[in-house]
Amino acid sequence: MDEKILAIITTTPELVGGASPIFVTKNVDELIARAFLLEKILDAMVHKLNDSTYIIVKH
Amino acid sequence: MDKETLAITFGIAFGFIARLRLLQSDYRQYPTYPHGQVIHLALGLIASALGAVAIPALLKPDYTAVTFLTLAAQQFRDVRNMERQTLQKLDESELVPRGFSYIEGIAMVFEGRNYIVILAALFTSASVMVAGWIAGLVVGVIVIILSTFLKSGKSIGEIGAVYEVPLRVEGPNLYAADIYLMNVGLPENRERILQNGVGIVIEPLDASSRITISNLGQRQAILHDVSSILGVTRDSGEPALTPLAKLDLNDGRLGLVVLPQEKNISKLIQIIKNVPVLESAIRKPNQFDAKKQV
Repeated sequence: MDEKILAIITTTPELVGGASPIFVTKNVDELIARAFLLEKILDAMVHKLNDSTYIIVKH
Repeated sequence: MDKETLAITFGIAFGFIARLRLLQSDYRQYPTYPHGQVIHLALGLIASALGAVAIPALLKPDYTAVTFLTLAAQQFRDVRNMERQTLQKLDESELVPRGFSYIEGIAMVFEGRNYIVILAALFTSASVMVAGWIAGLVVGVIVIILSTFLKSGKSIGEIGAVYEVPLRVEGPNLYAADIYLMNVGLPENRERILQNGVGIVIEPLDASSRITISNLGQRQAILHDVSSILGVTRDSGEPALTPLAKLDLNDGRLGLVVLPQEKNISKLIQIIKNVPVLESAIRKPNQFDAKKQV
């Protein structure tokens, strides 16, 4: 398996956990801005799990 | 000029012409490589010389001369290795890579074509030795015409129907018509895909082509060909803008999203139809005979 979750970005930190870096943001706008930045930095794809949680996955 | 020299000259000439004719179709696989072409023409010349010499050497009789044909086979297997390695290295710097299957297919074709050249030279020189130069001329022309038939295999257009479908976004999910493609997280990327992307569906014509289309290497080959001809709206650091192909598991249709720089739909469909069916992707379940006892 090459797929790997590189980071989790969320507004609801109580719903996520695990070994990946978790970025907690205040609101959805900040969430999207953070996801955008991490996508460019990590060269990995942003996926939306639900309205409050995005993950960055290396494919 | 004695018979042997005439036979060898004819053999080399026709073998080389065969290679020249076979090289033409390599343009798509190799867009711009004048030096790559020189390499293959030179190898073609050597191959035709080998083929041309074999029969005169046998008739001379100089039987040991034939043993170097085995050496030749070894030599041309290296062609395949060389081609594979070069293309794999180059593939690393492609925005939309060819994929291993496509590379293997190209490498195999290069090796195979050298053997065709050897055979063309062999038949031509043999007929000159047996029946004179006029016969050699006729056989040479026939062999070259025959070799052209071997040039190309099937293309996607022959095994499936290709048509455009609208792309749509449902929440973060991207669909080509009803086929799920991927989850795109950022709204900006979704907008860009809807703006620049084109949705395509390839519908297989029968069970065999369904398996061929589902082959991952074959899908990558389609995406690569489209991207290399029409360009791709993509850069490193933009993984969401990767062209993608996904199957509809119910009926075997293949849904694609491509992001061409030049949004010319009819040309795009024509390109997909012309993508070669990879030899490694061909399966023939239709030929399975359940009644036959093993």
